[in-house]
Amino acid sequence: MDGFDGLFFLEVLAGGLLSGVMYALVAIGFVLIYKTSGVLNFAQGAMLLFAALTFVSLTERGLSFPLAFAITFSIMVALGIAIERTVLRPLTNRPPITLFMATLGLSYVIEGAAQLIWGTQVHGLDLGIEDVPFDVGGVFISQFDLFAAAVAATLVAVLSVFFRYTRIGLGFRAVADDPFAALAVGLRLPFIWATVWAAAGLVALVAGLLWGARVGVQFSLSLVVLKALPVLVLGGFDSIPGAIVGGLLIGAAEKLAEVYLGDYVGGGIESWFAYVLALVVLLVRPSGLFGQKRVERV
Amino acid sequence: MTAFATDLVPEIRPARGLPGWALPVATLAVAYLAVPLLATNYLFEAILLPFLALSLAGVGLNILTGYAGQVSLGSAAFMAVGAYAAYNVHLRVEGLPLIGSIVAAGLSAAAIGLAFGLPSLRLKGFYLAVSTLAAQFFVQWALTKFSWFSNDSASGVIDAPPLQIAGFAVDGPVGRYLFALTVVAVLTFLSHRLVISQTGRNFIAVRDNETAARIIGVPVLKTKLLAFAVSSFIIGIAGVLWAFAYLRTVEPAGFNLDRSFQILFIVIIGGLATIRGAFFGAALIVVFPLVLSRFGSLVLGDVFDSGVLDMSQRIVLGALIILFLVLEPDGLAALSDRLRRRIATGLRRG
Amino acid sequence: MTEVLTRVLEGVTNGAAREGAAAAESVQKVVRARPGLAPDADADAQLHPAAKPPAAVEVVAGDGPAGQGVGNEAAQAIVLELAGVSLSFGGVAALSEVDLSVRRGEILAIIGPNGAGKSSILNIVSGVYRADRGHVRLKGQRYAQVPTQALADLGIARTFQNLALFPGLSVLDNVVAGRAHRARSSFVEQIAGFGRARRERLDARARAIDVIDFLQLSALAERPAGTLPYGLQKRVELARALVAEPEILLLDEPMAGMTASEKAEMAGFVTAARDRFGTTVVLIEHDIGVVMSLSDRVAVLDHGRNIALGTPAEVQRDPRVIDAYLGVAVEDDEDVARGEGL
Repeated sequence: MDGFDGLFFLEVLAGGLLSGVMYALVAIGFVLIYKTSGVLNFAQGAMLLFAALTFVSLTERGLSFPLAFAITFSIMVALGIAIERTVLRPLTNRPPITLFMATLGLSYVIEGAAQLIWGTQVHGLDLGIEDVPFDVGGVFISQFDLFAAAVAATLVAVLSVFFRYTRIGLGFRAVADDPFAALAVGLRLPFIWATVWAAAGLVALVAGLLWGARVGVQFSLSLVVLKALPVLVLGGFDSIPGAIVGGLLIGAAEKLAEVYLGDYVGGGIESWFAYVLALVVLLVRPSGLFGQKRVERV
Repeated sequence: MTAFATDLVPEIRPARGLPGWALPVATLAVAYLAVPLLATNYLFEAILLPFLALSLAGVGLNILTGYAGQVSLGSAAFMAVGAYAAYNVHLRVEGLPLIGSIVAAGLSAAAIGLAFGLPSLRLKGFYLAVSTLAAQFFVQWALTKFSWFSNDSASGVIDAPPLQIAGFAVDGPVGRYLFALTVVAVLTFLSHRLVISQTGRNFIAVRDNETAARIIGVPVLKTKLLAFAVSSFIIGIAGVLWAFAYLRTVEPAGFNLDRSFQILFIVIIGGLATIRGAFFGAALIVVFPLVLSRFGSLVLGDVFDSGVLDMSQRIVLGALIILFLVLEPDGLAALSDRLRRRIATGLRRG
Repeated sequence: MTEVLTRVLEGVTNGAAREGAAAAESVQKVVRARPGLAPDADADAQLHPAAKPPAAVEVVAGDGPAGQGVGNEAAQAIVLELAGVSLSFGGVAALSEVDLSVRRGEILAIIGPNGAGKSSILNIVSGVYRADRGHVRLKGQRYAQVPTQALADLGIARTFQNLALFPGLSVLDNVVAGRAHRARSSFVEQIAGFGRARRERLDARARAIDVIDFLQLSALAERPAGTLPYGLQKRVELARALVAEPEILLLDEPMAGMTASEKAEMAGFVTAARDRFGTTVVLIEHDIGVVMSLSDRVAVLDHGRNIALGTPAEVQRDPRVIDAYLGVAVEDDEDVARGEGL
């Protein structure tokens, strides 16, 4: 690596930022649920796998894209509501870490069920986007990555509008601020929770399709949850802007580190680099870049 | 809320009859004398050896998570550190007895545990839990990447050396069982001593109310780091048992995130903050897949292939975790206590 | 404000010079014991009580139960002082310019409406919060933030408004935990269980059992603390604080949510603890009846300001207190207390 190649650097950076969008997409699913019910939903990755697998299996059986999407979305909504009813409600008022472990168990159930129902073989998923490099002023950018980023941006915009301008959205923000006060003014918490789980299901479906198209629909898809966790730690569990910025930061830093540092330590560092980066940031800012700092009350 | 006079609060009667050490001693007697005579090779290799190694890992994680309240998702990494450290010390230090390698392995795991425990000084809850994943991925990566750790073997696979204690070879299933049993018994006893000591009380104080603990003079930071070190020490030695006594050949991929979760599940199912819970939990985790596969092939016949078995295992395991968290948050240990009390009352009445 | 100040100074009398020397000595002790703790550069701090001019003593001679059970001379010594302490949360002032001195062996009650900053005072003294301005003077040292970790070694123990027991430990172990600051043995010694570790264990246990007996909790010693009713948990918390043998005991609403008879019982324990251990008590309480009968002096807080300080009788007569708080609050508060107890 003699001399610094500016264009190459930009290319790596752009690639990193674009995969960061994909990380952010997964992370947003976590944030939605964390904000309303204080649960770090580890099963988000399993939901993503479940959604992608269901969608792919339906299209393979000859259903059209919109129909498969609609059916999968309905199934995800039902799944979300079922989870809320059967797992989270009986655990109301238990410590957050107990809820976390419950979602860990849940992820095992969903992963197992998804593969028991649809089989364990790898499915290809073609969204009709050709993954050819795209020349932007000498910097080559993956067309698929651009498409994924556009979809993610749209999804975030839709969710923002939904939560900002609808009654349910206002309820969501009230619950996120103070569940007891929200309850006291007569907001129906179960309805709001169900909506949020449905929204998380939608995010899982979209993220599942994008990730599935890129790496194939298979068991390892549920492991993208491990990519989202450092993003959450970095951005704060309760901040959607944090998830986006955190995702971009980690995506970019990871790619740059892999390219520029990887040679020195033997490569393959993307499995842990994001975690170490997030840790370093946390040591400076213990509640993440955007997380709320709470005053300790005694 | 209103009952204030002490006489309104029912007392728990101290359990009458057997002293507290009776049951562990009886269990050990059976484990040392009866089991070697009765058990088959299959029982040693498929059940007892993984059970012992995982129980010890459960005891270790329980000290950190159950007693000191710091959730760790990286236990398998510390098992790996233990296994590879023991392998390397044995390989590179001439004439060191096995026990020396084991202690060195524990200390190496403790050192790594201490390093990855440092974030606990500033982070809490989920943030800490996620940060322990750094240990999981980093250690696995390092052991695969740097072939020095595995003496230049392909993809980091290591073979356990022949086990010798005071000149006696303990390579057969019975020998390895007795070796593992002894290590587990000694460390479990020491762990028990630790959790009932002032330090154990400090662990629980930090877990239950960190501010109050600090105010009564518990050295909170030191206590957390100690919990990480002690826990990693024990889990590291569990890793030695896993590699040397149970599998004999291990690779870094065997100490993956699923293994970490498995140990966490052992602790949850067995009961947080109980030493014996780890043994109950490990027994369930080891035995239930075998039972499930027997049962499955019996009922479903050919449909129940290994893929289906794998998936059903995941589903049942996940469901078990949720069930325990909802219905029996104190785990099998609490369940067994209730059962014992009921039997005791029944006997007294009868 | 000037009146408050004179009252703050009231505690300083002829005996104060000797106390100043004693304070200086204890500073050296603290410094020796904890090398990490830098001594305050301000020499005035160490000799503070002597440096202030003696003031009128009519309050001490007043009609309250002041000085009960303690030598008169000891009652004059100031063991804890807040000077010009201000604290705010996100722009909202919780305390402004609070001065308060606490005399050895007295029971000082802090009263005031909700949000007046009562708990903030205890949180400042115990180092949970850091004062924005002003300082806490303790054993001749000035602190902007009291080092919480060293609090027990500084002779301060406290209870919390919301229970802060260790629910997973038995009552006995909760109380034994109150001796945590005295433990010097390493965990290896504790596992081995002889020598220093054994002595510490037996000593802590004996003292805990003693305090548990004293507070009539013996029958519950083996119960997990989390399973006890609220009022008893409050009492266990008092036991955990007392077992540390603190010089100063801070009680944050020790009787909140109790019935009248429970309150009387608790008040009895607080007085008995003071008399038996010679502990100085600073407590926050809402029930004016309890406060008036229990305390030697009362400080009244309103909107983060210390508006009055004196014997219960004096405070009750103080027109500002009546205006700000007591005039309407006395009856209300009793109603509330009755309601809470049910």
